[in-house]
Amino acid sequence: MPTQKSVSHERVREKAEIVDGEGLRRAITRIAHEIIERNDGAKDLVLVGIRTRGVPIAERLAQKIREFEGIELPVGALDITLYRDDLQKIAHQPVVSGTDVPTSIDDKIVVLVDDVLYTGRTVRAALDELIDLGRPKAIQLAVIVDRGHREIPIRADFVGKNVPTSKREVIMVHVSEVDELDGVSIGEILP
Amino acid sequence: MIGTRKDLLGLEDLAPEEIVSILDTARTFREVLDRPIPKVPSLRGLTAANLFFEASTRTRLSFELAEKRLSADTVNFQTSGSSVSKGESLKDTARNIEAMGIHLVVIRHQSSGAPHYLARNLDAGVINAGDGTHEHPTQGLLDIFTIRERRGKVAGLRVAIIGDIAHSRVARSNIWGLTKLGASVTIAGPSTMMPMEVERFGIKVAKSVEEAIEGADVVNILRIQLERQRSTLYSSLREYARVYGITSARLKGAKPDVTVMHPGPMNRGVEIAQDVADGEHSVILEQVTNGVAVRMAVLYLLAGHKAPDESAAEHPMPKETKKAHGEPSLHPRR
Repeated sequence: MPTQKSVSHERVREKAEIVDGEGLRRAITRIAHEIIERNDGAKDLVLVGIRTRGVPIAERLAQKIREFEGIELPVGALDITLYRDDLQKIAHQPVVSGTDVPTSIDDKIVVLVDDVLYTGRTVRAALDELIDLGRPKAIQLAVIVDRGHREIPIRADFVGKNVPTSKREVIMVHVSEVDELDGVSIGEILP
Repeated sequence: MIGTRKDLLGLEDLAPEEIVSILDTARTFREVLDRPIPKVPSLRGLTAANLFFEASTRTRLSFELAEKRLSADTVNFQTSGSSVSKGESLKDTARNIEAMGIHLVVIRHQSSGAPHYLARNLDAGVINAGDGTHEHPTQGLLDIFTIRERRGKVAGLRVAIIGDIAHSRVARSNIWGLTKLGASVTIAGPSTMMPMEVERFGIKVAKSVEEAIEGADVVNILRIQLERQRSTLYSSLREYARVYGITSARLKGAKPDVTVMHPGPMNRGVEIAQDVADGEHSVILEQVTNGVAVRMAVLYLLAGHKAPDESAAEHPMPKETKKAHGEPSLHPRR
């Protein structure tokens, strides 16, 4: 089973909503506060979202940080497709939609943003790509859901919600920019 | 779709959406080329062989660079200094290459259809880097990519292609690709260099260069292939330059923001005047950079192919490749 952001053709049955739209907005607000607190403000920060859903989440974090600190942070988008470690294993080459980091990340603190942290392989690929783009002073990781089952030693600095899961389950983070509604739900892969 | 293809042999076989997907993917790689470290690990562990049975500098360099930017290992093979000069057949060369565990083969060959032959006999993916007078699909793709990036679209554009159309694989690939994407193509050049049956391609033949350029969005100037011309298809280079050479005076008939292209290497002062080659409308060096991105896209997309058994039926030989001079339907009028 592909463990990265692959186009999975498995059928999934949605079981329950575990965070509603309001809860998701609160989690993003809290993470924005934590980012500011950890970095003593928002100076030299760059937010980089991992495509697809990491990008709107990064944009929302930037909006919150602008409200709190009055600083406009650059927001970039990372497409990790070309850095996947399973390209030789999956059926067809996935569509690449492109990386767009509009600013130099040299000597900046990059906050990498994604919806779900699972095996850690996506983040591994993203770290490799970031390092090819420049030499940041530090990289931090913000995710909406940490669902466990890490396959490589990676941890998040900012977590919206820890959700213990089984590997048969799926976590779906919905953001209105992509999915027309906000919230997190848990589903089950149908056999 | 391109994701299920093993080979890229020509633009004639591609559906418009396949061409668009290659161009979209190439845009991603164009961004990669601008990075401080212009390299991605996507083809790590794969090996590409560049087989050049015909002299080439920029196409071979461009492919090799594309392969390296994708982290593939590369081996190069040129006719001189290889076993081909010792009489080895194309099939045996190919088998040897396969026995070495090569995944992607880039081939340039003087005979139309040689890449098709390899494609049918190899499990490896085959990319045509120019076969005889048949096609040069990656050049066609990079020209169309450059047009699309410059002008924002392809459909509805007026593209003039000037020069030896009948013997040009670059022209053929351009014509297939451009017409599939909805551009209108007009060709001009000496009548000995015009193809027959132009209706088949849905293109227009202009009576003069001036007529072809009139109102054009893009002027693609082909190279006069001094080395490929055995018989005299025009009286002299000076005569060619006078009647068909693209000068800034001739270019005035085109759109004011016309895009001027040339696949290189240029014969300055023959098919293209010095000031046009280096002028504000010229995108000739951009074509070179884009070429690497487009080839990366093709290599990346073909590397995803995982079912080598379905390829044989998919790629028939181009029609009439047994004839020495490519497709008879495109033979020059004599």
